[in-house]
Amino acid sequence: MSLLEIRHLHKAYGDKTILKDFDLTVEKGDVVVVIGPSGCGKSTFLRCINALEEIQGGEVLIDGEPIRRSAKNISSMRQKVGMVFQSYDLFPHKTILENILLAPLKVQKRNRSEAEAEAMELLERVGLADRRDDFPRQLSGGQKQRVAIVRALIMHPEILLLDEITAALDPEMVREVLDVVMSLAKAGSTMMIVTHEMAFAKAIATRVLFLEKGEIVEESCDAKAFFEHPKTKRAERFLKSFEY
Amino acid sequence: MQSLGIDVLFKGTNFLRLLGGLWVALRISLVSVSVSILLGLAVGVLMTSKNPIIKAFFRVYLEIVRIMPQMVLLFVVFFGSTRVFGWNLAPETSAVIVFSFWGVAEMGDLVRGALISIPRIQYESAEALGMTENQTYLYIILPQTIRRLIPLSINLITRMIKTTSLVIMIGIVEVLKVAQQIIEANRRVSPNAAFGIFAVVFLLYFLLCWPISKLASYLEKRWA
Repeated sequence: MSLLEIRHLHKAYGDKTILKDFDLTVEKGDVVVVIGPSGCGKSTFLRCINALEEIQGGEVLIDGEPIRRSAKNISSMRQKVGMVFQSYDLFPHKTILENILLAPLKVQKRNRSEAEAEAMELLERVGLADRRDDFPRQLSGGQKQRVAIVRALIMHPEILLLDEITAALDPEMVREVLDVVMSLAKAGSTMMIVTHEMAFAKAIATRVLFLEKGEIVEESCDAKAFFEHPKTKRAERFLKSFEY
Repeated sequence: MQSLGIDVLFKGTNFLRLLGGLWVALRISLVSVSVSILLGLAVGVLMTSKNPIIKAFFRVYLEIVRIMPQMVLLFVVFFGSTRVFGWNLAPETSAVIVFSFWGVAEMGDLVRGALISIPRIQYESAEALGMTENQTYLYIILPQTIRRLIPLSINLITRMIKTTSLVIMIGIVEVLKVAQQIIEANRRVSPNAAFGIFAVVFLLYFLLCWPISKLASYLEKRWA
């Protein structure tokens, strides 16, 4: 059984189709990078996977179980999927540590001292242990994104969705966030990444999806080959647009 | 320089009478503010409703409150409604009705503003962590809404306290009226009392509202 299976996913806003008949299977340990021009539906695609979006057709299965927005088990299904967003989405009224601990304590009902020990361990790993009692507004964008990653990780998700997590960052902060993601990939985490950082995509991807107008135009299991010699004209044109 | 007329304050029970008048003003405000906050919270939530009829209804309500001077509302309720409907309204009850009618609308609008100012992503990140709708409201949305709301609603409270001075027009003897009475009674012996006594009234309002607005700016800074 695959970790994530998407069958005939159809997503539309009113008459406007965003995703057409999508199929995808993700196995444990895959790092799937999703690229494509803006408006191609890549963010919507990620949001459908943890049911932040209502879908109009098809299904999303995690460990063979469907995840549905209105289903009773939505909370436990969502815990299998971690997500980090583009904008700094930390809870502004809570300290860094409280941001991280809220879901483990309230959703998973874990023991405080055990969860706190893990939170500190994770913060240590992203180099922010000394900021535990600060508020999000005291952190830089890059630091906030690292905390957001920790907040997702502490739930022990089976798959992590990263939605353009460096798009709103100053260039010099991009690196510190991507380094964290890179180390997660090395440790064998399963991830789906939407990004515009092509060098990073090439380095981290085990699989690449190129999307345009809500369809998978090209799919490759060899990131290096894809980025150097894409098979389709549209992907080639898209990749060219990053060169100077 | 002529006498400031402060001496009148210490004649007989004048100062105590002024304080008594202040208490009347404060009592009307406290009751109206409590009603406004409680009902305003509910009205604010309703104002964010997507239902067009509910939305239009509260829109009209808010506009009426904003357009009508409070004094006109006081006259309509106290002099007008009592005649037309034949009911018996005490002046203080009329005042509470008018100030609550006003406060609920303004408070509701503040609540609505605070609620819609919470970015969508806050709901979504809570959801993505597996929180239920109730948990999301309890731990994420409400605490942020209340933080935004407290400084704003405190400003509304001070405005309501100040505006209670209008109730003098429907015959309520509150601090301003008491001041006038004291000044009238001492017209011959201390013609300058108008300055001294009204200055004291100013000071009393100041002492009442200043700590409240200080508190507002403190909370605003702390929770910004």
